[in-house]
Amino acid sequence: MAVKTIVAIFIISGFLTGIYLMQSPRNALWGNRLGALSMLVAVIYTLVITGIEPFSTPVIVIAVGTAAGFILGQQVKMIQMPQTVALLNGFGGAASALVAFVALTSLFGGVLFTFTALLALSLGTLTLGGSLVAVIKLHGSALGNFPRGRWLGRLLSTLILLTLFFVVLGSLLPETIFFRLAPMTTALIAGLLMAARIGGADMPITISLLNSFSGIAASLAGIAAGNLLLTGTGALVGVAGLILTRIMCKAMNRGLLAVLAGFTASFSAKDSSGKMGNITQTADTIVKEEQPALETIISNARSVIIIPGYGMAVAQAQAAVADLATALEAMDKTVKFAVHPVAGRMPGHMNVLLAEAGIDYDKLLDLENANQLFKTTDLAIAVGACDVINPAANSVENCPISGMPILEAEKAGHIVIFNLDQEPGYSGVENLLYKKANVTTIWGDASETIPTLTARVDRIE
Amino acid sequence: MTTALVLFFVASALLGYRIITAVPSLLHTPLMSGMNALSGITLIGAIALYATAPPEASLWLIAALLLSTINIAGGFWVTERMLKMFKGNKQENGDKAPWQ
Repeated sequence: MAVKTIVAIFIISGFLTGIYLMQSPRNALWGNRLGALSMLVAVIYTLVITGIEPFSTPVIVIAVGTAAGFILGQQVKMIQMPQTVALLNGFGGAASALVAFVALTSLFGGVLFTFTALLALSLGTLTLGGSLVAVIKLHGSALGNFPRGRWLGRLLSTLILLTLFFVVLGSLLPETIFFRLAPMTTALIAGLLMAARIGGADMPITISLLNSFSGIAASLAGIAAGNLLLTGTGALVGVAGLILTRIMCKAMNRGLLAVLAGFTASFSAKDSSGKMGNITQTADTIVKEEQPALETIISNARSVIIIPGYGMAVAQAQAAVADLATALEAMDKTVKFAVHPVAGRMPGHMNVLLAEAGIDYDKLLDLENANQLFKTTDLAIAVGACDVINPAANSVENCPISGMPILEAEKAGHIVIFNLDQEPGYSGVENLLYKKANVTTIWGDASETIPTLTARVDRIE
Repeated sequence: MTTALVLFFVASALLGYRIITAVPSLLHTPLMSGMNALSGITLIGAIALYATAPPEASLWLIAALLLSTINIAGGFWVTERMLKMFKGNKQENGDKAPWQ
């Protein structure tokens, strides 16, 4: 075995061990550091064997890039993590595309070489296009109302097929520059279109998928350049992205193809809310004023589960929610947090926001653990969460969220819901909880309404 | 060479699958940003090409070098920042390294 192969195995093992350490939150920090160290070793080793001088252009560029990366990484806020990861994905995709492009012009190989290089080039530019749109969408509301007609879906599939066609033709005619530029162009437009069509709450899926693409593009560039380390590491990233994509799709009960085709709009929200009108009207007859005072409910509750949704993050009410939890704990209540996999704009985003607010990770429950606890919980407090606690997902057929796994807050003794207004969530389905007898709803900006409740809790003797 | 490349692709994907599926949803964001940093591995491809590519290609490669290092440094640093915030129960000494 050549030295190169051994080094590649050694470094990939370092990456794998790093990810292995990420299986527990106690060791995860060291896992990340091991990954970074392995990367440093890989870069230094490559610089040394290619014989690049210590003060030459590439080394200076790498130094500048490293500094820029650190500055970017230090500046971003935790709430901005989805667009940061999307932006970095785009950079990774663009770099892979550039490497593939240069490999095509300077290296010479057979049909297989040209084919993989052209694929890497296309997937890299697609990742770049998709990521840039995702960054814009996550950063503001621009492009939020992009049309999602079926003809756009057909255009997207046509563009992808056209890209593949150009790639195949290009690998048969490697000298033709047209077959380098053509798949690049169609892939770029396909990427832009794909991300533009996917709606807000589907963002976790988009980001996971783009993450996977950036890895596969790197891996393909590695195959083209005959680089084992690049191939293996890229495959690792590709798999990670695909795993997260699958988890996100399951958490929303959506097929990946349906998300890509932007099928949210094809469901008529009106139909479903119309049907549900009958269901809610029966519950409506229960008069809400019969409820005991919130103070009584809170002081009688021994166990509390707080359900944070993306609305809490939008209202920047994390700190206020952490204060409420502290106040409840001061009264000897057990307080836990139930985190839905899609509460946020990227996988696991909500856990980061809660960690930032100083909440211990052993208080954070995932979907399954939370749902086992709700029946024995006295009080559930939902903050800015709508679709993920809507029992319509289990009880109403043929609505946009039917079959979506939800946090079964309705099983708790009493439920307090904080939301900005009574409007339905992203899915457009009316929340069946709002009108139930054991539900207290508090409308308004959570960053104001939560502290009010905390003050009321503090006054309880 | 092609056999070795395919073997690396398959082995990494399979091993990665086993290990990554065991990462809890609690850490999915740091997992993703960490994997994102790893996708900057294209950097080593760019370095290797820089040594052999004709001078007219160097501008493209410099762009690749710059973008992939930003990807790597930014990715690892945001992951570091996030993971530092994850604190467990104070009784457990969370700051210790796994081998301690």
